Amino acid sequence: MIDFFIIPVIKLIIIFGVCLTIVAWTTWAERKILGHIQIRLGPMRVGWHGLLQPIADGIKNFFKEDVIPDNADKAVFLIAPAISISVAIILLAVIPFGPPVSLFGKKITLWLSNPSIGILFILGLATLGSYGTILGGWSSGNKYGYMGGLRASAMILSYELSMAFAVISIIMMTGSFSLVDMVTAQHGLWNAVKQPLAFLVFLISGTAELNRTPFDMPEAESELCCGYNVEYSSMKFALFFLAEYTHMFVFASLVTTLFLGGWHGPFLPGIVWFFIKTFAVIFVCIWVRATVPRLRYDKVMKLEWKFLLPAALANVLVTGAVMAMMK
Amino acid sequence: MKPNDIINVSRMRPEKGKYVKPILKGLAFTLKNLFSKPVTLQYPTEKTERSDRWRGLHRLNRDEEGNLLCVACGLCAAICPSRAISIIPYEEEGGTRHPEKFVIDELRCIFCGFCQEVCPKGAISLTKVYDYVDYDRRNFIFDIEKLKNPEVFEFKGK
Repeated sequence: MIDFFIIPVIKLIIIFGVCLTIVAWTTWAERKILGHIQIRLGPMRVGWHGLLQPIADGIKNFFKEDVIPDNADKAVFLIAPAISISVAIILLAVIPFGPPVSLFGKKITLWLSNPSIGILFILGLATLGSYGTILGGWSSGNKYGYMGGLRASAMILSYELSMAFAVISIIMMTGSFSLVDMVTAQHGLWNAVKQPLAFLVFLISGTAELNRTPFDMPEAESELCCGYNVEYSSMKFALFFLAEYTHMFVFASLVTTLFLGGWHGPFLPGIVWFFIKTFAVIFVCIWVRATVPRLRYDKVMKLEWKFLLPAALANVLVTGAVMAMMK
Repeated sequence: MKPNDIINVSRMRPEKGKYVKPILKGLAFTLKNLFSKPVTLQYPTEKTERSDRWRGLHRLNRDEEGNLLCVACGLCAAICPSRAISIIPYEEEGGTRHPEKFVIDELRCIFCGFCQEVCPKGAISLTKVYDYVDYDRRNFIFDIEKLKNPEVFEFKGK
């Protein structure tokens, strides 16, 4: 009873609470870092250095008028943000946050579940999450939204490939689909050192999958004036927003798990190392956003099909060849 | 403009087909910016230094005993291009003149500074206060009491 129900429920509540809090304050961190990079201050008014800004934003969104356009396909319009956010949150279930710890004489694992197909689960669901974007853009009955949705589907179709191939080389080296096994396999040397090309490809295509600058095709403020979520207001917009940042957190923790050695690190406890690395990846995401301008649409496709995909494929082949020779 | 002043922007653009090096350069630049001091001023609490010649709200100057220097000659009201000043004089016995009413509509005023320039007694001058805010337009019509101390109307945030 305790092992099968109570402990998982407690873990679920803690993971949900902690991760969503981190996600909320990631928005603050992003605005703050972007501000300082642009030699501004960022939010300063609400709380010390604007620390309560996420709460203020939440309250504001909550009290905004909830508009549903006449042209919208009501059912799909309502369900799209729900798909986005629920898929993003489900992804948190399989991420290993730290090594198992013993508490009150019980061995407790710091992940909610460790399915033997963990990485497939994540790749599959992450793609499902883009249905929220596509359906949201398509159902809002707005041409900008429609264009955003179209672009989102094209982006997912192409970047999912190179991302999967980057992961395949890791799977080949680990010999397992389980994320926990992947972390344990990196005890000596990080995968980022063993597989620099896969790391790079994963980082780039992951950023593209997150729809963040320089690949923010579906929202592209200056072209589509916010794209797929242009008709969304109030809490529905907030859900899209939250889903985006949850995806970013999941992506950062995935990079940590797959390439940066997960919870491994000297001196500090494993969970601290995990979060340090995750925040570092999030910082890199924000840093890149502040630096690189948005690519033109055809160049985004060119980058994927002419550079990333061949590179990832070649990487898989070379990894296989080296592994066969080592045997 | 001399030809040397023209900056050719197209030459500063990275060459076609080059991505990696410019991106790394840009990343280094943004990282450097991240640790530089922000230029932001937190407006109502911090303000930029205003020039001594700044023309803001009017002040009616007083002598050491606190009496107005104004003799209600009406020159300022006459020169005012936007007719923002209206004066009702009153004459004491013995011939000293004072303004009984001295009203400036700060919303009409264009802050040209002619009143300050024309005044023979130096009785009116423009302060550096530029950010008086209110919800009621009637509060912008300043009488003598308000004009004695315009500095208190400076906006300092809540």
